[in-house]
Amino acid sequence: MSRYAVLVVQPLVALGLAPGLVGFVRWLKARLQSRRGAPPWQPYFEIRKLFGKEAVVSHTASWIFRATPFVVFGTSVVVASLVPLILVPASPLVAGDVFAAVYLLLLGTFFLALAGLDTGSPFGGMGASREMTVVALTEPTVALSIVALALSAGSTNFSQIVARTIAEPAAALGPGHLLAFIALFVVTLAETGRLPVDNPSTHLELTMIHEAMVLEYSGPYLALIEWGSALKLLVFLALAANLFIPWGLAFALAPGALAIGLASAIVKLGALAATIAVLETRVAKLRLFRVPELLSASFVLALLAVMSTFLVR
Amino acid sequence: MAFGTVALLVMAAGYTLGAVLSLVARSDRAARVLTAVGAVVGGAGGLAAAVSVLATRVSVDAVLPTVVSAAGGIVIRLDPLGAFFLALITAVSLPAAVYGTTYMAEYDGRCSLRVFGLMFNAFLLGMSVVPCAANIFTFVMAWELMAVSSYFLVMTESEHSETRQAGLWYAAMTHLGLVLLLPMFFLIAAGHEATAFVDLRAYGATLTAGTRTAVFLLALTAFGSKAGIVPLHVWLPRAHPAAPSHVSALMSGVMIKLGIYGLIRVLFDLLGGGPAWWGGVLLAVGSVSALLGVLYALVEHDLKRLLAYHSVENIGIILIGLGAGSLLHSVGLRALAVIGWTGALFHTLNHACFKGLLFLGAGSVKQQTHTGNMEELGGLITRMPQTALYFLVGSAAIAALPPLNGFASEWLVFQSLLAGAHISRPEIAAGFPIAVGMLALTSGLAAACFVKAFGISFLAMPRSDHAAQARECHWSMRAMMLVLAGGCVVLGLAAPWVARGMSRIIDGVPGLSAGEPIPPSSSLWLTVPNSSAQVSPLLLAVLLGAITVAVLGAIHAGGLRVRRADTWGCGRISQTPRMEYTASAFAEPLRRVFAEVYQPTQDLSINMHPESRYFIQSITYTSHVVPWFEQVFYDPVIRTARGLAAQTRRLQAGSLHLYLLYVVAALVAALACAWWFQ
Amino acid sequence: MQLLWKIWHTGIVTEVLQTANPAAVEVGRALERRITRLFGRALAIREVDTGSCNGCELEISGLTSPVYDMERFGMHFVASPRHADMLLVTGPVTRNMEIPLRRTYEAAAAPKFVVAVGDCAKTCGVFKDSYAVVGPVDRVIPVDISVAGCPPEPADILRGILEGLDRWSHKRDATGLTVEREAAVR
Repeated sequence: MSRYAVLVVQPLVALGLAPGLVGFVRWLKARLQSRRGAPPWQPYFEIRKLFGKEAVVSHTASWIFRATPFVVFGTSVVVASLVPLILVPASPLVAGDVFAAVYLLLLGTFFLALAGLDTGSPFGGMGASREMTVVALTEPTVALSIVALALSAGSTNFSQIVARTIAEPAAALGPGHLLAFIALFVVTLAETGRLPVDNPSTHLELTMIHEAMVLEYSGPYLALIEWGSALKLLVFLALAANLFIPWGLAFALAPGALAIGLASAIVKLGALAATIAVLETRVAKLRLFRVPELLSASFVLALLAVMSTFLVR
Repeated sequence: MAFGTVALLVMAAGYTLGAVLSLVARSDRAARVLTAVGAVVGGAGGLAAAVSVLATRVSVDAVLPTVVSAAGGIVIRLDPLGAFFLALITAVSLPAAVYGTTYMAEYDGRCSLRVFGLMFNAFLLGMSVVPCAANIFTFVMAWELMAVSSYFLVMTESEHSETRQAGLWYAAMTHLGLVLLLPMFFLIAAGHEATAFVDLRAYGATLTAGTRTAVFLLALTAFGSKAGIVPLHVWLPRAHPAAPSHVSALMSGVMIKLGIYGLIRVLFDLLGGGPAWWGGVLLAVGSVSALLGVLYALVEHDLKRLLAYHSVENIGIILIGLGAGSLLHSVGLRALAVIGWTGALFHTLNHACFKGLLFLGAGSVKQQTHTGNMEELGGLITRMPQTALYFLVGSAAIAALPPLNGFASEWLVFQSLLAGAHISRPEIAAGFPIAVGMLALTSGLAAACFVKAFGISFLAMPRSDHAAQARECHWSMRAMMLVLAGGCVVLGLAAPWVARGMSRIIDGVPGLSAGEPIPPSSSLWLTVPNSSAQVSPLLLAVLLGAITVAVLGAIHAGGLRVRRADTWGCGRISQTPRMEYTASAFAEPLRRVFAEVYQPTQDLSINMHPESRYFIQSITYTSHVVPWFEQVFYDPVIRTARGLAAQTRRLQAGSLHLYLLYVVAALVAALACAWWFQ
Repeated sequence: MQLLWKIWHTGIVTEVLQTANPAAVEVGRALERRITRLFGRALAIREVDTGSCNGCELEISGLTSPVYDMERFGMHFVASPRHADMLLVTGPVTRNMEIPLRRTYEAAAAPKFVVAVGDCAKTCGVFKDSYAVVGPVDRVIPVDISVAGCPPEPADILRGILEGLDRWSHKRDATGLTVEREAAVR
């Protein structure tokens, strides 16, 4: 029962939390900028408003433009059901696999880049080109930092990795884990379009990466894409939090365990979101051609993490 | 006679009749149809034979010494490994042959379709006999038939100088392979009479380590040049775009796999596997090929050259799987090694499927727009909607996106690399994470490259009149693309079932088998033995579909108002195709990032107005990416060969007296040699 | 670290919203109830400069500063008119900017409304009857709210938007806290 319940419970929780997470980051950034800012639940109002508007579609856009919001949203929801967020099923039958999660997110990005090219606008093409560059360069780091975890756990199955970390808490403080965590955090910033890779609140098209691809979207399509992006941030932060600090995750479908799982998820995600907010206030956006340097640095960290896991064994 | 033997005879008869009949056809149209008929009959026969062997796991033997009596005659033996490759060949050749019927219509009157038909069927015959060959003579004859007929197929459009160049490179590289293939076989069979593969297997067990190393290196070079590993791949991006598209589909999807077949047959079957460093070499060569293949594909803006470079990349991935499996096998982790080999063989099948599809799609684009240059395409998704859809399926499959087939085979290869963690020797285990990193980078770059290929060619507005006037291609061409696209989807969703079958094939090869019974794997989940890693493409597809349908329904139930308007261009007055992103622009950031690998040359010339330096008339900017290994490896060799040939030309002085002197000298030398060797 | 210490030391500097010039705001036509309900909590604004001297732009950029902080009312600027609910237009509409302004309006997704900021947008200001000018903004696109002034104060611009959205109550504008609570109540 709990095998398939996780497929229903987790996506709903993720859908509910994701806009709040983005809103929390924005609210904290506002406070750090000495202003009051919108309340942390502002993105919910924005999504609701967008669903009430019409959708304007370009004459040159094809069915790919109209299908992309659903693909982006759908893949984000499926990945949210695979990663350990509040619940890890005891039986590994439905538990997600790391590579499945990574490639599903790549599917969403693939279609988003195509939609950017579909409109015929140079900004869309530019956003697509830059986004695919960043995604291609983050792939090795993602693979290696997950490999570092999978090596000690013995498989790429999420529930296995979580179980292994809980069974051996000392390993969680090992150098391999820490390096892999930092590498994964840098990858999170790159893939979700946060500073220093991409400024999510910029208005200058020439500085955009992710935003440039969605300049043509409006109404419910834009709502789905924004929600999908928020889900992507939630998924990455949940991976970073729950693969490295899994305490608090529920293992059964009991209401008590679920409540603890939810509370611990909120605390961990909140802490990571606060880190992102402070980091975004502190650093400036990198020039586009300095981003590969940052990503190769994170690749080296991930490689070191894997090597140290080999040596420690 | 057994069903398998009958089917093989039908196959041979079909191809031969197709070749002969199309040569004597009355008209071009008849030639085209007869070519396809012969290919379809032969292909059906071969497919039936292969499927029967795979289903019953009983090999088919046929010895035909009466046809040719030299060197042991023609010996045919179709075992499960060969049957897999034969099934692959015939399964892709059937859609390609039917596609060719209408595709070649534009060549009516331009080239000899009769000769084309002869060569096409000979090509298919040669390719189909290679996996069935069971002695050196048959193997080499079929190999050479395949090479020679494909040379003529490449030279179909010999009026272009690039095609002639491509043909020259192709012929040179293929015969380099042949020159290395013969010594390899003779090293195994040295000092023995019988040359059948069953005998070679026995000899292989008695070879010294030095001989085995020599055989390994020769096999890697010979079969590698056919498969297209770096740096022996230089003929691929020249020959594949030059040939007609369905021939390119066969060459790229099927012929290069015969290089992989040769490697597996010689190294793992005849020699029974080797020391760990063989696997390490395969892994290294595979990783480098994969990465360099995709890097060079990124900067190509000719659609078919891009696809050809991607073939190099995918061969690299297959070699990574083979190398990982071989390394794991040699350290004793045999059950895990099977995952690597399964991944490699599965990727062979998948690549044949989606590369064939992509080439057929590129062919219909080229037929309708008369250009393969992406910079002149665009807007084809509204003009050729079905072709666009099938090309999208192929692009998603080659970018390894779930739930299609590319994802399943790459998942298996990744898992085999992860299994390297169980190796206790750190110097071997250290190579695996680097291979993981390179494979992940390759798949990310492949996704970027196909966003470019599909996005620039099909989406937004047409960049030239050619593209604007394109119309959908003939229904038979579309139907064949649908068949291959359906194959990609089915292979992806049914991946666990297919992988299970592959493991059984691998078990039948002595050098690859695990030696212990493998735990039964599920038909719904791709699994790894002794590990809880698992993935189900079917489940992912169902989840994705369910959520998408639910959200679609919710949005439409809530009332979706859509309005069509112009693309937002910052209020700019007009929107023309000149404002769209170009293929070169799309690849520019990655070109800059990998500039050390590409070493691009740049040329900037500014023409100023004759009257004033401050007014510019025109600016011309050209930038070329020339593969550096061509400059480092091939240019010196070609220069030396030319120099030697120029020196040797001096022997042809034109004087009759000198030639008579040569004849006398040769006679004296021959007599001296005969006397000395007595 | 110095930066973080300075942030802590400065604290929140957002001020209570107060009227500067009560006569500045003119709500041309009351927005439909569905628009006020839709945009009451979240409003995306696209600013269009149709040839202004940038005085209004300086005041508008003050809206995003910590002192005026329009984000606390749920409003933010967006880059693309497709994402926008409201156009904030400044400047007399010059001949070259007439078509871009119209295109921007057409690019925005319905429902949408327009706020014209500054004397130039309302009546062409000092550029009235110039050869380079087409006319005030309502000559090109329908305008819902005008905020007069050369340039108008940021507080008035904000108040104009809030009044149009029916979130401003005249009676209680002296104690801004009450205004915000009023706005939050809806």
